Amino acid sequence: MSDQAPANTETALPKDLAAEKGLVNVQIDGAWIQVPRGTRMIEACKMAEKEVPHYCYHPKLTSPGNCRMCLVQMGMPPRLGPGQDPSYNEEGFQDIGWMPRPVIACANTVSENMGIRTTGDLVENCRKGVMEFLLINHPLDCPICDQAGECRLQEFSVDHGNGISRFRESKVKKPKNVPVGDRVRLDDERCIMCSRCIRFMDEVAEDPVLGFTQRGTHTTVTVHPGQKLNSNYSLNTVDICPVGALTSEDFRFQMRVWFLKETNTIDTNCGTGCNTTVWTRGNKIFRITPRQNDEVNSTWMPDSHRLSFDHVSADDRLTEVLLRKEDGQHQVSTWETAITQSAEALKAFSGEEIAVIGSANQTNEELYLLGRVAQSLNTSHISTVGRIGESDGKLISADRNANTTGAQLIWQITPDEQLTSIREGVQQGRIKALICSQEDLLSEAGFTEEDLEKLEYLVVTATNANGTARHANLVLPAATAFEKRGSLVNVAGRLQKLNPALLVPGDARDDWQILNTLFASISGEDGFGSLTSVFKELTSQTESFSGQTYSSIGDQGVVITQTGVHIPLIEQEATRKSSGQIVG
Amino acid sequence: MAEIKVIKRPQLSLGDKLYLPAIAKGLFLTFTHAISSLRGTTRGAKKMRSSGLGVTMQYPEEKWDDSLPEYYRGVPALVTNEEDREKCVSCQLCEFICPPKAIKITPGEIPSDDPWAKVEKRPQAFDIDMTRCIYCGMCEEVCPEEAIFLRKDYVVTGSDRSEMVHDKDRLYEIGGKRVGLVNKWNDLK
Repeated sequence: MSDQAPANTETALPKDLAAEKGLVNVQIDGAWIQVPRGTRMIEACKMAEKEVPHYCYHPKLTSPGNCRMCLVQMGMPPRLGPGQDPSYNEEGFQDIGWMPRPVIACANTVSENMGIRTTGDLVENCRKGVMEFLLINHPLDCPICDQAGECRLQEFSVDHGNGISRFRESKVKKPKNVPVGDRVRLDDERCIMCSRCIRFMDEVAEDPVLGFTQRGTHTTVTVHPGQKLNSNYSLNTVDICPVGALTSEDFRFQMRVWFLKETNTIDTNCGTGCNTTVWTRGNKIFRITPRQNDEVNSTWMPDSHRLSFDHVSADDRLTEVLLRKEDGQHQVSTWETAITQSAEALKAFSGEEIAVIGSANQTNEELYLLGRVAQSLNTSHISTVGRIGESDGKLISADRNANTTGAQLIWQITPDEQLTSIREGVQQGRIKALICSQEDLLSEAGFTEEDLEKLEYLVVTATNANGTARHANLVLPAATAFEKRGSLVNVAGRLQKLNPALLVPGDARDDWQILNTLFASISGEDGFGSLTSVFKELTSQTESFSGQTYSSIGDQGVVITQTGVHIPLIEQEATRKSSGQIVG
Repeated sequence: MAEIKVIKRPQLSLGDKLYLPAIAKGLFLTFTHAISSLRGTTRGAKKMRSSGLGVTMQYPEEKWDDSLPEYYRGVPALVTNEEDREKCVSCQLCEFICPPKAIKITPGEIPSDDPWAKVEKRPQAFDIDMTRCIYCGMCEEVCPEEAIFLRKDYVVTGSDRSEMVHDKDRLYEIGGKRVGLVNKWNDLK
């Protein structure tokens, strides 16, 4: 024994090397990799880039292991007899004894010297069997099913299915076309009982209204008696449903998914800035789904935010430059005339007589340009309109403006602190000219129609017709958040990128271009050549942004400042992760 | 170095150089055809079912319609089944496969009071732009519901572009009722 000890220390075994780093050695399909101790087998296979098909497993939810699709073959080092020493091969691993029965990869964790086979006769026959059972009662209505094209059952039946059905009896009948909630429709025949939706409503949305009834052949997902799936997070169940059992009322039968173009962007309905994917065809938005960002929105988003895109193609959308004539009617004009006229009109006022009101929903670039416009007019009256609501304790932030943090960093003031003084200035006639960008002053800002009538000159940029635009001397049609590029900073200080999913309609223009030409014609300077050059100057002027470029922001964003604000849902998820309930 | 191959020009005889024998030969052939045409005995006239006055079929007075082969690909059209149900469920696979992008479908939900409400989905609008259609038959091949067929009709006329777009009504008018197809949405369903 004493002879062997030094020999072992000279050539340390892989298990000891891995253990020092808190890792374990796992052999996956013949190749050894190191993964953190306690990793689920399915996650270890993902790290080894081996696909394990699954339905019920979702990293953000608990793993009940009920779909049986992720069966793999497992092997362990042989159990030692009394007094027997383990034997190691040349690579320093023990031989693996393969078990004759499969195990589910989603609910078992890896251990040292474990072997996993994701292929082979045993595993492939298991998958084939599971697929056959799932398809026995599944209606073959892919041509009308909304999930077709992104359906896991469809994909795996191509990969692992039989191709033909041996089932000669009638399929089980279950409720179809059930409106389980205001925004969700349920087809129980398509359901494969993975229970993802039930677990989501219980664990994440904390509104457990869904459950199984009539357990057995007729197992049915349904809402509990007298309840509705009306949580503001209900549409996430549609996203995670691996089949077409839960479909969105809004997107139902609108378009097949393979026609849609995906654009990664962010939500601008509140300060959280949920990461989203916008699905478009032609110049029309069909749906918005959440995109995974574990620091912002995990893989979820609220229904109210994902369904707010109707204004983009609404009838009141502004698509032409409008100049107000003497009689108060608006007349279509051109950009050139409009910008020159407004620059001249604004220059006629002294700095103290002019105010600028922007929106904290605008991008950093636009807010920076708005600051430059105010500077060139020699005014310090600049403000946004604050919108403070109530946080829902999950993803909706109390701050309903998307970029308050950005405005604060760029202007170096509390963005909406001057709003009251500007309003009083307008009421008392001290402020005679106003530039209002992307805000309706008659709503949250507290202005009245009489106040706006007192103004001698009002320039408005807006996407849709509103009360403020009606009183404006000049209305400039602008772009919505789905049509522009730019960056925003969320409540937690994360700089994120907005990408255009649509083209700007008609004669409307991107906000940064409007503000840029306005700035150029007021100051007489050249203005900026591109949005990138605006961002470049912004990063050189503002400390928190220094060193950032559009490529450094990436798809997941970067934290540029500490605000001390945390997103409640992310904290809840961290608690569940640390207690081992979910993989995370 | 590549080998240079010298091709000799043909040695023409005096007769060849004069062209006259060739002209005479050509005229003889032309007159032979002219005479047999006047006698109504043009070669191949029977096969083409022409009048015999020349080999050309006198379109549109004469048509070859009833001898079109089974596999002939004419205008695409939508069909209904024995019970007059629209077979199309607007899965949009034909729109996806269509090489010249001639098909445009607006899907819609079947209202719950409709006798075929269980099918759930049918096209709200179905347009085929016949100025784009190349009669390839991909739509018929891809259709999982046996709802679109290429008919033997080939006369598509219109005085402007909009008339060349076949809408849903027109497509069902051309397609008509088709019997004996697989009934996926039967009573057991």
